[in-house]
Amino acid sequence: MGAMGHVLLRDLRISMRQGSDIVVVVMFFVITVALFPFGVGPEGNILARIAAGVVWVCAMLATLLSLDRMFLNDYEDGSLEQLALAPVPLEAIVLAKAGAHWLVTGLPLILAAPVLATLLNMAPEGYVTLFFVMLLGTPTLSLIGAIGASLTLGARRAGVLVSVLVLPLYIPVLIFAVGAIDAASMSMTARPHLLFLGAMLAGTLPLAPWASAAAIRQALN
Amino acid sequence: MPYSGTQSFTGEDLLCIRGERAVFEGLDFAVSGGDALILSGPNGSGKSSLLRMMAGLLAPAAGMLQRDGAPVVDEPESHRTSLHYVGHLDAVKPVLTVAENLTFWAAMKGDTAHVASALETFGLAALSDMSARLLSSGQRRRLNLARIAANPASLWLLDEPAVGLDTASVETLTGLVAAHRAQGGIAILSTHTDLGIEDAETVQIDRFAMAVTA
Repeated sequence: MGAMGHVLLRDLRISMRQGSDIVVVVMFFVITVALFPFGVGPEGNILARIAAGVVWVCAMLATLLSLDRMFLNDYEDGSLEQLALAPVPLEAIVLAKAGAHWLVTGLPLILAAPVLATLLNMAPEGYVTLFFVMLLGTPTLSLIGAIGASLTLGARRAGVLVSVLVLPLYIPVLIFAVGAIDAASMSMTARPHLLFLGAMLAGTLPLAPWASAAAIRQALN
Repeated sequence: MPYSGTQSFTGEDLLCIRGERAVFEGLDFAVSGGDALILSGPNGSGKSSLLRMMAGLLAPAAGMLQRDGAPVVDEPESHRTSLHYVGHLDAVKPVLTVAENLTFWAAMKGDTAHVASALETFGLAALSDMSARLLSSGQRRRLNLARIAANPASLWLLDEPAVGLDTASVETLTGLVAAHRAQGGIAILSTHTDLGIEDAETVQIDRFAMAVTA
């Protein structure tokens, strides 16, 4: 097993032992989505219309909530500088850490999303697309989040700063994700939207670790 | 097992700038296999910065570091593969056990075979299944130092390694440094106390401080 595998397993093990972190993120997702029927009113048509957007915005906010633990703990206890001195490129380590982040936040969100979509009376045609959109979109959220999390290392009020940095970058994912689900709900093809989401994932997969590693080196300097 | 090849590590005309302030300038050093270099100087004179610079965490504002005659910037990965850096922070994860902590760092260096003996060396063998959360600060320090015993690396950069250690652990550390040098390794460390390291060269970093112009 390579160094990336070791980093991934270590991060997973740490997250599993602090299981409350995972639960809090999913609970946040559930509660924020559940607020909408109270705020908007229980009219099925209106909720169905906004379901895709609400699920996605809340999924993004939940992801944001979990970003600080991607690098901050390692930065504060000195693990990050040791990781930067490991014989493998820092980019590979960042990719492994973003992968671990996705497994403990993105994956639970994917599992919770259909339940919440039911709560919002989403059109039945949208569910399959919702799954694929979450599958393609959430890794991109973790990868873009890695850039924000590493840029704010050592900053005061990093949690607020990371939201300001990362949320604008999430907008393209939001547009195409909601577009795909809306298209499917109206029995049109979601293919072009899914292709765009796939392209964004393919783009961030090499670029985000590279940018994030550069930011980490700067933070350690 | 002796380290292969001739070992040398040199720095020329190093300049360190932190914030807007030049901490030291024109600093040279040269060490080769079997040498120990002790960095001394008052707080804030740049000992830690120099060690971070040697490790490659901090880029020198001017000057060049060379490892075995080749600039470190050209071969950063081979430089990192063959060095141990022990800084002020202990890099210990409280939710992992003592053994899991060390095993991870050993695995990152590619060999976990000596984890148990390294824990033994620093008197942590009995605690290996204990959560690292329960360690005292001295024990955490020892767990951090155990990395140098778990994997071979020809260059050791130790930033005030003896802080918080009991007398027995300081002796263990001095013994390890002596064995490391006997195998042709290089040890560079900063310290405020006499660790009893034999015939070591000393660099007084404050001699390279920028002259303060009035």
